[in-house]
Amino acid sequence: MKRAFLIAVPYVWLLALFLIPFAVVFKISLSDIELAIPPYTPTMKDGLWTMLSQLDFENFIFLTQDDLYWKAYLSSLQIALISTVLTLMVGYPMAYAMARAPEQWRPTLLMLVILPFWTSFLIRVYAWIGILSNEGFLNQFLLWIGIIDTPLTVLNTNTAVYIGIVYTYLPFMILPIYSALDRLDGSLIEAAEDLGCSRLKAFWLVTIPLSKNGIIAGCFLVFIPALGEFVIPSLLGGSGTLMIGKVLFEEFFSNRDWPVASAVAVILLLILIVPIVLFQRNEQKQAEAEK
Amino acid sequence: MADTVFAPWDDPDQKPLIRFRNVTKRFGDFTAIDDLTLDIFEQEFFALLGPSGCGKTTMMRMLAGFENPTEGRIELAGNDIAGVPPNKRAVNMMFQSYALFPHLSIWDNIAFGLRRESSDKAAISARVEEMLKLTRLEKFAKRKPHQISGGQRQRVALARSLAKAPKLLLLDEPLGALDAKLREATQFELMDIQEKTGTTFVIVTHDQEEAMTVASRVAVMDEGRIMQVATPEQIYEAPQSVYVADFIGDVNIIRGSATAVGPDRYQIAWAEGRDPVHAVSTRPFSDGQECHLAIRPEKVSIHAEHPAADNAVQGKVLDIAYLGNLSTYHVELPTGEIIKAQVANTRRISRRAFTWEDPVWISWTETAGVLLDQ
Repeated sequence: MKRAFLIAVPYVWLLALFLIPFAVVFKISLSDIELAIPPYTPTMKDGLWTMLSQLDFENFIFLTQDDLYWKAYLSSLQIALISTVLTLMVGYPMAYAMARAPEQWRPTLLMLVILPFWTSFLIRVYAWIGILSNEGFLNQFLLWIGIIDTPLTVLNTNTAVYIGIVYTYLPFMILPIYSALDRLDGSLIEAAEDLGCSRLKAFWLVTIPLSKNGIIAGCFLVFIPALGEFVIPSLLGGSGTLMIGKVLFEEFFSNRDWPVASAVAVILLLILIVPIVLFQRNEQKQAEAEK
Repeated sequence: MADTVFAPWDDPDQKPLIRFRNVTKRFGDFTAIDDLTLDIFEQEFFALLGPSGCGKTTMMRMLAGFENPTEGRIELAGNDIAGVPPNKRAVNMMFQSYALFPHLSIWDNIAFGLRRESSDKAAISARVEEMLKLTRLEKFAKRKPHQISGGQRQRVALARSLAKAPKLLLLDEPLGALDAKLREATQFELMDIQEKTGTTFVIVTHDQEEAMTVASRVAVMDEGRIMQVATPEQIYEAPQSVYVADFIGDVNIIRGSATAVGPDRYQIAWAEGRDPVHAVSTRPFSDGQECHLAIRPEKVSIHAEHPAADNAVQGKVLDIAYLGNLSTYHVELPTGEIIKAQVANTRRISRRAFTWEDPVWISWTETAGVLLDQ
């Protein structure tokens, strides 16, 4: 009885907070737009059977007809992929340095990585506007030391979006890699050197493969939220920045076309299922290997 | 049978493979190795023995190239190896934790070092097969390290470190993680492999029995210094100091002052109003000099009646440690000292001659003990 209850808790959680909302969104995606409250038809007021019989897939068909949508999906995938690679390139050396730092420093360093979460995400993104804008700190600094003569336009470009995503999701990359590197037995590196590896070769042949699970986990933790990211592209990105999160927002709130917006959301979720399943499998494999 | 005993250390014409020359190693204020000089010869099975923190691991790490001496020289086959990185030394190490690469199969672990220096696949494969055969691991080649037992892992670590045919193999507490039975079997296996390959082995251990079993020579270390370097028999039978006598095996120490009573014969006054004991010693002592007589428990016999012996003392049985094959009797002398006497249990325990509180005589011969000045 107690066992059944314990197992039921996560399933009830999943049902209430994921499956039911998803069913609602899916239902809206099959409805038609209407100027009413709520702004779609049919609803339960028409009776269950009438409602079900009026549902159709025309919004999904619409998504394939207007090239805005698939372009936005592709562009989101591209931005998410590039930012994941960038985050890995910035995060790995940081995680490595943390794992190699003297023992008494590590808790402090970990703390510093987590520290930004203590401030609102929105405020931190706004802070980047102050840094990246034409009159911002970055340009003033570069002008002051004389590297550039005219301010660089960084804000409202894809570059700003990359900076924003890398900055925001860096801790999600660092933490799993750090935890993998922290567990790495130092004598393995010594053994590799003893058997004829240079430092670099030992890093490549031992450190990298043994932190692989951390790298994979970190990449998914960055890639998955970055794909549907809305705040960063809408605040830092420009008119040229096409991301599905932004499209979704505009459909919902500017166009008030809830059915199309819901269809966009459903497709986004389907795209995300693949990396989420892969991520779960990686976590499971890691847990098994540690037994 | 070999007609000559393997003892290159006694031959002045032999060139040592490894020479430590006045080597000192400091970590900050801490002196791990203190002005140490030592020669190790080719094909030796050399044991560095000492309590934890005595500097034995530091010596090994200096040989492997993970540490450099603060002062002094370390020579390998005549060349100073200070500053040569680990990957450029003809020295391989078997780590205490084995340090097997968990992401590689047993086969790939053994091939790891070979692949670094050659790309000849056939040669690598042949060498790996040879190592697998030597360590009887053929069946496990495809497994990962976590899929085999501790004893097998130990053999993989050995095979991996031997694969490159190093001039010198370092073994850091190689058997520490094995249980007693397996450890014993593996000790003989190690000796066998050492003999077969003719590689010079340097083993670090805190287990004196292990050092005595496997090594051709043992260096007993304490606080960064070498206390004595000798063959296991010499270390046991002729320790040069109370520290060595005490560290290796069990020993009774009787303190007193020596007086010469003949050539190489001394009598030792060890307690007020007691008959002095006698001992033979080639080490000279001046009259009245403080000395320590070290006697192994198995060289002390125990009797019910006063025996006709060079040295006999009365006491009573305080404790009996029953070890199965042996019993150690702790005999308390009237002066309060406790002497241990070890007797082989050739009879069933129910027929044991002595029990607690029994008055007994213990005796030993003049040559049984070693007279030490420090």
